[in-house]
Amino acid sequence: MAKRIEVSDLNIYYGNFLAVEGVNVSIEPRSITALIGPSGCGKSTFLRSLNRMHEVIPGARVEGKVVMDGVDLYGADTDPVDVRRQIGMVFQRPNPFPTMSIYDNVIAGNRLNNKKMKKAETDELVERALRGANLWNEVKDRLDRPGSGLSGGQQQRLCIARAIAVEPDVLLMDEPCSALDPISTLAIEDLMAELKDRFTIVIVTHNMQQAARVSTSTGFFNLNGVGQPGRLIEFNPTEKIFSNPDQKATEDYISGRFG
Amino acid sequence: MTATKAPTPPPVQQRVVRRAGDRIFAGSAKGSGIFILLVLAGVAAFLISEAIPALTAPAEDIPGGEGLGSYIAPLVLGTLLGAVLALLVATPLAVGIALFVTYYAPRRIAAGLGYVIDLLAAIPSVVYGFWGLAVLAPALVPFHVWAADNLSWLPIFAGPASTSGRTMLTVGLVLAVMILPIISAIAREVFGQAPALHREAALALGATRWEMIKMAVLPYGKSGVIAGAMLGLGRALGETMAVAIVLSGGAGATLNLISSSNPSTIASNIALRFPEATGLGINTLVASGLVLFVITLAVNMLARWIVNRRADFSGAN
Repeated sequence: MAKRIEVSDLNIYYGNFLAVEGVNVSIEPRSITALIGPSGCGKSTFLRSLNRMHEVIPGARVEGKVVMDGVDLYGADTDPVDVRRQIGMVFQRPNPFPTMSIYDNVIAGNRLNNKKMKKAETDELVERALRGANLWNEVKDRLDRPGSGLSGGQQQRLCIARAIAVEPDVLLMDEPCSALDPISTLAIEDLMAELKDRFTIVIVTHNMQQAARVSTSTGFFNLNGVGQPGRLIEFNPTEKIFSNPDQKATEDYISGRFG
Repeated sequence: MTATKAPTPPPVQQRVVRRAGDRIFAGSAKGSGIFILLVLAGVAAFLISEAIPALTAPAEDIPGGEGLGSYIAPLVLGTLLGAVLALLVATPLAVGIALFVTYYAPRRIAAGLGYVIDLLAAIPSVVYGFWGLAVLAPALVPFHVWAADNLSWLPIFAGPASTSGRTMLTVGLVLAVMILPIISAIAREVFGQAPALHREAALALGATRWEMIKMAVLPYGKSGVIAGAMLGLGRALGETMAVAIVLSGGAGATLNLISSSNPSTIASNIALRFPEATGLGINTLVASGLVLFVITLAVNMLARWIVNRRADFSGAN
């Protein structure tokens, strides 16, 4: 299931603007990798380049290699649609499809991959995904209601259920808790800890305590100034990053002596 | 909150501050709302009061000599036939155009194409009428003949084929071209506003562009498309000039779209007969206008009901 991602010499552009420069990193399977750094440093952009969502924006492109278990995700014969089916994504703001019921939201991805499924199979899949996202008990009596009627934290867990229902190899999370209250955040963090046994998880977060709590490795992104490209300054085990980082900039950022 | 803790404050009357700007704006908005209702009520009152003599007159005094019902029924059928045909042709086309402009066309072409389609709405209906008469009708004659030969088992293509092409089919197509810009402009607007959040959710699940449109754009835009289609239907129902020029109408009720004997439509019938109508004839025409008014109202209420039926899932919450 879970797969390793090797990124080498990745440059990410918006049109002619170099947003992220020279990223080299290896993301381990069955682990949580956190990406931290100030706003605008390119960590979300980097995350979106891992499942080729970056190029959805007009004019956006990348140079370099992203290899997942030997397959170059930016190879000439790689279809971005296939990449996104293997690498799921959870966004900053919960985005269940408002025109679909909770049930249909969960199986939205499966409906794309495989047109014909028996009712019993989909029922089982929905329950498994919702249990996986710790949401089953809260919604089992109203699966036919719209997903947009749930609370923000429930909606975000619904989005996680939707992402894991297709059994991806990797799960990307772009600040998944930034719009949630502390209790919902805790629920999602517990969920991540469970999910890391099955998936490779990469999470972007502004919350350093969150990175310290949930992740095994942490990458620190920074930029030298406005208009400069963002860079991956340091990538190390989370314990090391938060106790004894190699780079002065990392230590300054983590301890709040920033600038 | 803090005021409650103050030592025995005098019972202050909560004075709502009324600002002049707020009041002017609220008043003018309310006035506009009332104004449109008054206009509507005035039109309805006029139609009803002028139609009453025809509604109460004995059947043999109505033009045609068989009563109001049998005078208006073929007109209602003709009106609905032409408008529904136009809607069936124009709506899928308009949705296709709108999707192409918003999600497929390169940006420079998209803008240009949008202007060209909007331009269609600026052409006067008299021009459409003459275009239908001089160009479209003769061009469609071969199709009329083919349909009469091969599809005559369908009631709508029963034939015999018209040799002039001035049929309900041609009228429906002319009307379709006329309502295309309204529907596609509204569809374009709502499709363009489909939230990036949901489009990206679909793409991130591995949707192709078409699947993304199916999951995130079409459901979001559905009520807008229905609203646009109803506006178009309203225009098609009431269109006068183009129909009056193209259609060789005046025959009885028939579903046959391709023969030379077609029912007329309410609006074109009023336009053609009004100059020579007198006395009860005028009341009869106004009564048919009242029926058109009711049909349009019913269509709009039906559309509203369709849009609201699944309001929970509309994405508006």
